[in-house]
Amino acid sequence: MAEITEALKNIIKPENIVSQKSSVLTNQTMHYCPGCSHGVIHKIIAEVINEMEIQEDTIGVAPVGCSVFAYNYIDIDWQEAAHGRAPALGTAINRLNPDKFVFTYQGDGDLAAIGTAETLHAVNRGENMVMVFVNNGIYGMTGGQMAPTTMQGQVTATTPYGRNIDLHGYPLKITEMLAQLPGACYVTRQSVETPAAVRKTKKAIRKAFENTKKKQGTSFVEVVSTCNSGWKMSPEASNNWMRDNMFPFYPIGDIKDGEKVNANDLPNVGK
Amino acid sequence: MTEEIIIAGFGGQGVLSMGKILAYSGVMQDQEVTWMPSYGPEMRGGTANVTVILSDDRISSPILHEYDTAIILNQQSMDKFEKTVKIGGTLIYDPNGIIHPPTRKDINIYKIDGAKKAAEMGNPKTFNMIILGGYLKIKPVVLPENVKKGLEKSLPERHHKLIPLNLEAIQLGQDSIEAVHLT
Amino acid sequence: MGELKLMKGNEVIAEAAIRCGCDGYFGYPITPQSEVMETLMNNRPWETTGMVVLQAESETASVNMLYGGAATGKRVMTSSSSPGISLMTEGLSYLAGAELPCLILNVQRGGPGLGTIQPSQADYFQCVKGGGHGDYKLIVLAPSSVQEMHDFVELGFDLAFKYRNPAMILSDGAIGQMMEKVELAPQKARWTDEEIQEISGSWATTGKTKDRKQNVVTSLELDSEQMEQNNLKFQAKYQEIQKNEVRYEAIDCEDADYIFVAYGSSARICQKSMQIAREKGYKVGILRPITLFPFPTEQIAALADKVKGFLTVELNAGQMVEDVRLSVNGKKPVEHFGRMGGIIPSPSEVVTALEQKVIGG
Repeated sequence: MAEITEALKNIIKPENIVSQKSSVLTNQTMHYCPGCSHGVIHKIIAEVINEMEIQEDTIGVAPVGCSVFAYNYIDIDWQEAAHGRAPALGTAINRLNPDKFVFTYQGDGDLAAIGTAETLHAVNRGENMVMVFVNNGIYGMTGGQMAPTTMQGQVTATTPYGRNIDLHGYPLKITEMLAQLPGACYVTRQSVETPAAVRKTKKAIRKAFENTKKKQGTSFVEVVSTCNSGWKMSPEASNNWMRDNMFPFYPIGDIKDGEKVNANDLPNVGK
Repeated sequence: MTEEIIIAGFGGQGVLSMGKILAYSGVMQDQEVTWMPSYGPEMRGGTANVTVILSDDRISSPILHEYDTAIILNQQSMDKFEKTVKIGGTLIYDPNGIIHPPTRKDINIYKIDGAKKAAEMGNPKTFNMIILGGYLKIKPVVLPENVKKGLEKSLPERHHKLIPLNLEAIQLGQDSIEAVHLT
Repeated sequence: MGELKLMKGNEVIAEAAIRCGCDGYFGYPITPQSEVMETLMNNRPWETTGMVVLQAESETASVNMLYGGAATGKRVMTSSSSPGISLMTEGLSYLAGAELPCLILNVQRGGPGLGTIQPSQADYFQCVKGGGHGDYKLIVLAPSSVQEMHDFVELGFDLAFKYRNPAMILSDGAIGQMMEKVELAPQKARWTDEEIQEISGSWATTGKTKDRKQNVVTSLELDSEQMEQNNLKFQAKYQEIQKNEVRYEAIDCEDADYIFVAYGSSARICQKSMQIAREKGYKVGILRPITLFPFPTEQIAALADKVKGFLTVELNAGQMVEDVRLSVNGKKPVEHFGRMGGIIPSPSEVVTALEQKVIGG
């Protein structure tokens, strides 16, 4: 036993570290289900904040949903919003504190159902902030009910026979919708089910925060995610199901990458 | 002294701004004043009225149901407000468009051809100042120099060049008002 | 003496906000209070004091913008009228639950539903008793003149920050739309970042520095024991407010046999009614609550020992009368007189009600 301890001592040395928890993540154990995408996305945000050295200047806005406790895991100042209202909070934080980095973190129910108006108008005003949208096609926290992004035929607690479009309406591609708005500078859809996907998502989130620094307008990053508890599948089966069913409908990649619309390019009847 | 006035007519006759100039004139001589308009969709082209109260003391209710003076500028307002003048009070009206002139014998009635005089001045917008002049002749509740100051305060800077015209209209009103004696 | 102006109640709110160093206004148009935002936009305070003025997409968004701004320690406000306040009540509950200081103006109109745009006081229950979910209270100030509309902006902010609680100015269409002489306060500077740190640095989300723990503004607490503790803390705060902040005006109560209890525009009407009643030989006084929470319970209770009866006069079906009855506690008759739907009673109508309901009763 003593020999093993001794051996470990020789291994656990700063010069041997190859991967490390970001110092912007707290030591709190996450409450997320095993296999859930939230933990990975939190990690990415924490790493970006750390790498950009903006911990002191970043204010996060947490949603209502599974990630309601995001503030327990990322060690920055946070505001906890009412369901759907994060973009309104973010708007005021940004307007009153223009030198801060503001990001909202919302799920599909929060952002694309109850908070659609706040989402749309914040993006349309081109609020200088980052919006992270975690789309797992289901309401996780309340026990697996239908979300606006639930796929046709997908079984949830409130669509026990599968989502029927005549009854429940169409799955909402809110990200494509938001990309049409002049206030958005960057709209992208990513995922975190493989190391390569994680790297791409991190790049996207980094770019979004860099846009804030350059006061470019709204940067919107959707992360197509799994909810193995809500979907009632193993984490691996969830990843496969997401790849097979969600990616064809919610294709991965940039939808808009540029600048918000220049006011001079629009008709101005006041001139 | 407390003077409680209702000014009532059509939207666009300058009812509200006339009340505002009167109220501002009161402020200029350190009186307490209240200006309470009717508001809402009726403002958009329909009837408009405003209650103005000038007082040396704290003003109680800004909304009244009887008045010392009613200044009435259309028939609808005559129908509504003739009966609200206190006994012994004052009613001033412009006969233009009035089909049923006032009939009360327990109040003092005056008429002033505001619309006609404004047309004669060549500027229909002076209408409300002519009426105000008439009123001030009967009830000199504010001093002439304070009316000038009231105009300066209530008109935006870019309209200050119109102040002499307004003062002229007030003078014309003072000269034009006449008592109506019902027999 | 400050600058004297003739201004509408709604306009003066905007002027007072700029002058007291307000950081941000977020609102949505609704009659009869749209002049608040119109005046702000016309004055362009962002070019002078740096105050932010933003027209939001809804009252829901406005009140949540208030949350976002207040949680960074800034002095922020909104204004609306009854139906808009209904939309805001979710946010008000969150603001109270997260203990965020801010200012809300309600220029009441008649309800329920879309109702009327004419003056009303039918939101007393909603604004004084809560309105949103949970056990919470707003500090509620009831102006009865344009001057008080002006003065209560700064007072509202002061009380809000003193107790870390949302404050409301509960006005109505009459006070909002009328013009009176008003003495404007001198311009004050907005708080600097250093001042915000000093006043609210212990809780506001101003950015987590190395020398402190993260600040999290939330109303969420899933541990029932802790959530009860939070509630007990709120209740203790409300008791403190009740103890320290009662404001009222007693007019000619010394020799009075009968008392009108009325606030806002009703109190103005009652002043005229009191004159009429006294001319008729009735010794009438007025107790005008200036704060509706905290309510002048003790002051009314003390009057109950001296007078013969009370008449509350409200532009509603009888709301504040419940608090007056609780204060009087059965010692003397307490009756209510009110008009609804945007109708304002005439002063003599109020006297008749006093004669029929209280004196003759």
